[in-house]
Amino acid sequence: MTPRAQAVAARPSQELELPPLGQPSDPAWLSVSRRRAAAWVRANGFPSSKQEDWRYTSIDPVLAVPLVDGTGTTGRRPSLAVLDLLDLLGPRLGAVRLVMVNGHLAPELSQRAALPGGARILRLEDALADNPRQLASLWSWRSGGYPHALRALSDALATDGVLIDLPAGAVVEEPIEVVLLSAPGGAERWSHPRVVVAAGAASRATVIENYLGAPGRPSVTNALTQVMMDDEAQVDHYVMQADSTDGFHFSSLEVRPGRASHFSSRLLAVGARIGRHEVQVALQGEDAEIELSGLFLTGAGQVHDNPVLVDHAAPGCRSRQLYKGVAGGDGRGVFNGHIVVRAGANGTDAQQINKNLLVSDRAEVDTRPRLEIFADDVACAHGAAVGQLDPGAVFYLRSRGISYQQARALLVSGFAREVIDGFADGPIRQYAELLASAQLDRVVLTRQDGAAPAPAGGRASSASAATEGAAR
Amino acid sequence: MLVIEGLHASIGDTEILSGLSLEVAAGEVHAVMGPNGSGKSTLAHVLAGRDPYRVTAGRVLYDGADLLAMTPEERAAAGVFLAFQHPIEIPGVANMYFLRTALNALRRARGLDEIGPVEFLKLADEKCRLVEMDRSLMDRSVNDGFSGGEKKRNEILQMLVLEPRLAILDETDSGLDIDALRVVAKGVTSLRSPGTAVVLITHHQRLLDHVVPDRVHVLAGGRIVRSGGPELAAELEAHGYADLEAMPAAGLSALIGPRR
Repeated sequence: MTPRAQAVAARPSQELELPPLGQPSDPAWLSVSRRRAAAWVRANGFPSSKQEDWRYTSIDPVLAVPLVDGTGTTGRRPSLAVLDLLDLLGPRLGAVRLVMVNGHLAPELSQRAALPGGARILRLEDALADNPRQLASLWSWRSGGYPHALRALSDALATDGVLIDLPAGAVVEEPIEVVLLSAPGGAERWSHPRVVVAAGAASRATVIENYLGAPGRPSVTNALTQVMMDDEAQVDHYVMQADSTDGFHFSSLEVRPGRASHFSSRLLAVGARIGRHEVQVALQGEDAEIELSGLFLTGAGQVHDNPVLVDHAAPGCRSRQLYKGVAGGDGRGVFNGHIVVRAGANGTDAQQINKNLLVSDRAEVDTRPRLEIFADDVACAHGAAVGQLDPGAVFYLRSRGISYQQARALLVSGFAREVIDGFADGPIRQYAELLASAQLDRVVLTRQDGAAPAPAGGRASSASAATEGAAR
Repeated sequence: MLVIEGLHASIGDTEILSGLSLEVAAGEVHAVMGPNGSGKSTLAHVLAGRDPYRVTAGRVLYDGADLLAMTPEERAAAGVFLAFQHPIEIPGVANMYFLRTALNALRRARGLDEIGPVEFLKLADEKCRLVEMDRSLMDRSVNDGFSGGEKKRNEILQMLVLEPRLAILDETDSGLDIDALRVVAKGVTSLRSPGTAVVLITHHQRLLDHVVPDRVHVLAGGRIVRSGGPELAAELEAHGYADLEAMPAAGLSALIGPRR
């Protein structure tokens, strides 16, 4: 069967062919969990655009990438040499850097350092073999089934990743960076890396997930990050999504903040042909504060989908969401933000803001803020906007000698700044600025979309007025 | 330096400039005065190249070149500067960075080396003092949350940093307190030189008490209906524009001063 035929048949399909589920060394509970997850995928199939949460993101091109490699090889290493891989990695963002290549930890590319307060970083493969009890609850976290097949596939197939274990009171100042690199050449086209952060009471750490991809044969990153926080823990989390535009990126972030804990997650998405950055926060401990922000810069041929669910189930929690999108070319951005305030979650303070900028007349952004409130005594606010560059501002900059292209770039970077300014001062913000400006130059503000109108105010200006009008 | 001949300009189907002619020589300061709706701001925007004004007839020569054929940034590179009546707020773009980017764009266009951040900081500090602008405004987003007076000072600051050869000030004096007005006047005076020209577009005589123009023009109904020396401004202040607007079109030509 060709990969494409297999893909089409896989919705839903009892015959869906999957790679071996896990490792021979898996404990019994894990094998059971994996089989259950695989059975769920076969029974329910992959999401279709008829499903509300997948309305804007077609999964069909993703399924054209075979889950099982036809060659039957099991080699997990890419064909690239270590030095070439190092070139792809870019600047280090923390004292500790763990590098995963195509879903498998690459110790020879990683840099470790002793962590204070008994904090440990374990390879997930080892943790599953040595002390699986800590992880058991994570695999069975979702008792009510799976939201979609990709999430279930992670439970069925994830074998490697990183476990960041922070004992109570451990404070790790230096960011912990996990690089997740997709490089062509490995036998496996799908990877299911998993990052688990177990933050003990009053512990503190910063975790950066840095997704990078080398161009070439399309691959699928299907990553899952789980953050469990005890009382008063603080975790600051980043996702830098610069996967190859030949490939597909699915990341899912599941957070359970404890009582009076602080969690933040900041996303910068520039990569992948289809990038979906899912966030689910279950506020089950009182008085927790969470902050989610994201900036997606979506160029020609790209889709960036951002489904965010903040579930206020405990009283006194505060949540903030700020998502900004810029779409150029025929790029398409989606913000699908959902806040639920459950009965009894009194004193909830929830805010959600989504602002988007279209820089071409073929670009599209769909924004769908949703607010469901079942409690009294809550403060909830949400707002969403989709707009274009202000022609008055473009003219103001041009009248000072700044070119049309540069004026647009300045205005867009000004729009994006609000999110990037939230990134911690230092290497992470510098890296974010670098990624964002490269993406804006390369993809969002393409010459095709950004051709300067004919001299304005001149005789030809009726035509230029029409051009500017169309770009609005 | 600037020659405007029979300029007609419209926005949509409405003609706003109806055969405007004006000449400004290097080294001169001209004031263009007129009632609301006479076309003052349209003139400023057409000279700077703003959409969506449409020029239907006439021409504008700047140093002999066709100004209307140039993009706004080309006009800026050639030395044309417009101080906006309503400066635009640009969130997320720091004032200092914006102004350095602009200066370096002009310098590149003129074949000069770019100016580095440290050197620029000195220049900006010096000009900030000159326009009595709070230095902290340089680190804020361009005009974002600035008061009316701060925005106008910022325009004058940009003018002094970018050193235009032809500066057009579009009602920069309107809504200003006496201190800010004095700063605008100081800025114009410091720009005044044998090689530069200034066009002050204004509704009031107030600014002209501080900057004495070489020529004063009255704009009404989309063209210059009268020109004269500085004394014309005082006359307008005393009698208002009402007489001019009431005049029949045929009688206006007699009032237009000799072309320079």
